[in-house]
Amino acid sequence: MSEPVLTIRDLRLAFGGRRGHPVLHGISLHVRAGEKVALVGESGSGKSVTARLAMGLLQESPRVHATGSIRFDGIEAISGGRDIARRRGNRVAMIFQDPTSALNPTFRIRGQFRDVLRSGDRGISAAEADRRAEAALAEVSIPDPKRALDSYAFQLSGGMNQRVMIAMALANRPALLIADEPGTALDVTVQAQTLGLMSDLTEKRGTAVLLISHNLGVVREFSDRVYVIYRGRIVEHGTTAQLFAEPRHPYTRALLAAIPKISGGGLPDLPERSPEFESPLIVHEGCGEPVEARA
Amino acid sequence: MIWKSALRRLGAALIVMVGISMLIFAIARVMPGDPARIALGPNASAAQVAALRAERHLDAPLPIQYWEFVKALSRGDLGKSLYTNRPVTTDIAQFLPATLELVIVSAIIMVLIGLPIGILSAHFRGRLPDHVGRLIALIGVCTPAFVWGVILQLFFGYFWPVFPIEGRLLESTPVPPDVTGFFLVDTLLAGNVPAFFDALHHLILPAVALAMAGLGQTARLTRSNMIEVYDRPYIEMARAYGFRPLRIATRYAFRPAFIPTLTILGLEFAAMLGNAFLVEKVFGWPGISRYGVDVIIRKDLDAIVGTVLIIAAAFLIMNIVVDILVSIINPRIRLAAGRG
Amino acid sequence: MSEPGSPVIAKRGGSRAVAAFFGNPLSVAGLVIVVAIVLLALAADYVTPFPEHVGPIGDFAAMSAAPASPYMLGTDTMGRDLFTRIIYGYRLSLIMAVVVLAIATPIGVIVGLVAGYRGGWTEYVLMRITDVFLAVPPLVLAMAIMGFLEPTLLNGMLAITAMWWPWYARLIYNVTRAEASEGYVLAAETVGASTAHILFREILPNCWPSILTKMTLDVGFVILMASSLSFLGLGVQPPTPDLGSMVAEGAKYMPDAWWLSLWPAIAILLVVLGFNLVGDGLREAFEAEG
Repeated sequence: MSEPVLTIRDLRLAFGGRRGHPVLHGISLHVRAGEKVALVGESGSGKSVTARLAMGLLQESPRVHATGSIRFDGIEAISGGRDIARRRGNRVAMIFQDPTSALNPTFRIRGQFRDVLRSGDRGISAAEADRRAEAALAEVSIPDPKRALDSYAFQLSGGMNQRVMIAMALANRPALLIADEPGTALDVTVQAQTLGLMSDLTEKRGTAVLLISHNLGVVREFSDRVYVIYRGRIVEHGTTAQLFAEPRHPYTRALLAAIPKISGGGLPDLPERSPEFESPLIVHEGCGEPVEARA
Repeated sequence: MIWKSALRRLGAALIVMVGISMLIFAIARVMPGDPARIALGPNASAAQVAALRAERHLDAPLPIQYWEFVKALSRGDLGKSLYTNRPVTTDIAQFLPATLELVIVSAIIMVLIGLPIGILSAHFRGRLPDHVGRLIALIGVCTPAFVWGVILQLFFGYFWPVFPIEGRLLESTPVPPDVTGFFLVDTLLAGNVPAFFDALHHLILPAVALAMAGLGQTARLTRSNMIEVYDRPYIEMARAYGFRPLRIATRYAFRPAFIPTLTILGLEFAAMLGNAFLVEKVFGWPGISRYGVDVIIRKDLDAIVGTVLIIAAAFLIMNIVVDILVSIINPRIRLAAGRG
Repeated sequence: MSEPGSPVIAKRGGSRAVAAFFGNPLSVAGLVIVVAIVLLALAADYVTPFPEHVGPIGDFAAMSAAPASPYMLGTDTMGRDLFTRIIYGYRLSLIMAVVVLAIATPIGVIVGLVAGYRGGWTEYVLMRITDVFLAVPPLVLAMAIMGFLEPTLLNGMLAITAMWWPWYARLIYNVTRAEASEGYVLAAETVGASTAHILFREILPNCWPSILTKMTLDVGFVILMASSLSFLGLGVQPPTPDLGSMVAEGAKYMPDAWWLSLWPAIAILLVVLGFNLVGDGLREAFEAEG
């Protein structure tokens, strides 16, 4: 079994300082090289916050108080100081929920793509960057890459912007791609297409994926292993097959029960909060925490 | 095209200009007192007053008087100043360039200093540079231009005399031949570099005094607009790629934040045209202000109306320029205009 | 249990705004400046060392005296105590600001409410008139008006009022436009409420935070404008103590008698700054309450 590229251990977080509003109560998870892992839960469960912490985006906010450990490539993202993203040198990339608003409205795609490529390779020339950007856009099946580069995000469709974002994210050959509710803002067929594209490309390159989603349909199709997060805790963990065949935690069962209706967004009424919900972490066999054990 | 929308704005501005001329005209004619008597003074004979009333159509009904005024205006005739005894347009042509030069240099200072302060404030939000930046901005906004003028003059003209306290040039510097009326331009056209630096030297204190209020407002607006932009997903994305924080501030956050800021800069320019009167008085700047105050104190009707109209026109033209700039830097508007 | 919207909840909301205001040291500093200036101005007859120096006569033995006891800020060319005259200048400035705002605000608010709610031709005409006023630099317009009037306190207030109301019209117009399509206005319309009821009972209460914030800031800015006019010699005439004319008068004696214009200049800065800090604090407090 290969080494984990990302290891999160006992991650705790509160908004509004040390005694503030607690959001995460000790999350532990890992992603191995080339593996596709999903973190699933409803909105407010803490999954997006986990993704942003892993990306190094929240640490500098004075309102955030985080403890625990997020390690990638030997770089610690919780206690390791500032500019985590830069020190990782683009070995971790991220795809955001709404592609159109994640692209700057006052720059053409070309300028933003150049900046992305430069962040991976400081010395790259503009011409070389443009050549690579064109190739990357062609790879995500954008019909006219030159024209796309000369466009602003608001001139392209949401699906196109999603492809642009995938191309940017993979352009510097990251070891890990964090996808936060990718394409939720798009319509279902476009979402499926772009997710398929993302999945193919990452598989081809052996890029690991941490997929953040509330949509179990998406999770089932695009992940090998699943963590279920509920109220800031991981409540169940197993391979995708195990979890869908034999959900053990009542929250997971509730989630699965909701699948047919999930296209409408959101969950049906959950059963009343029961002591069972607060049960300890359920781990399916073969999915133990290797890092935890070694530590 | 951009030009089409600029033409539309020009039309709207013309309507406002008509409104302003009516307003000023109404103020001039409705106020108590006989304008002719006021203009000629208490020692003039009744016959002289009557002659002036006839010459200026002062006995006709107001709409007729306004019509005569507009007719003259369309010939480029703003009437005659009773103070200088010259056409008002001649007077304005003589005094306006000095004021415009001062205001334009101030606007440049306002942008070159106000924007960076705002950007740094937003970038270092809640930390020391932010507090310093906000304090400078606040004091800038709260201090009348003449107070700045007096304080700058006192400290940098008298106590530590590094700048001249008065005028546009030293006595010893020859006045450049009049081409644009802007000494910074005319001295260079004349190839007189020392005179250029002398003109610049004289400009700095008044221009800074005039710029302070707008500078503060620019910094405040830039800061608040940038802080709003910092919450947008595209900034998060730029940070996720590890772009340098200062590059995110100056490129990714500043560009979108600058668009709403720019529209307000037009208003600041308007305030500067007014405040120029104060600064010109402090620094003995031979611009439209000295003329304006003189004609106001002498109740010189045509000259007052002409001065206000010219300043309003300068302001409206500046606003059109700002609108065009906004549509150039905002790709959404630019591309929409290109398609339409 | 309290009903939604009951006084208990309203009070809790209000106290959040109060806490936000007093939690900001800058707002508190502004409030201290404002309260101190207002109290000094109100009690000027009792707290100033030389109230008789308000008139044209001063201490002829100490003309243009540098700051030293008993004239802590120095005296002017007539031997009048600068501190005393600054406090009386504050009193005059505050009176002007209050009168100007008391007249300009209601006019602007009514124009804005009517234009924003009625729409159509009413809106077009009222807002174009407003635009005309907003298209001339405020100081220039006030100067032009003063040009045809005698420079007295009353006329100065008139000139400033004439150019001040359009800013309130513009502000309230924007708020009204946004509110007019809100559910509660539509509901009032459906039950046949009168236009006056909708404007003053439904929409106006939602404008109060913006109006109060702007008025607080504007006390400072009216003082700034009034002092600018009098600096140009178009305001209050001597011997009435006025901050703007004191600066202008003192500038003639720079740099030897530097205190003549420096202290009144700083006095203007201080009062405008104070009201600005309070105004900014109010805005943030209202935002904190949501």
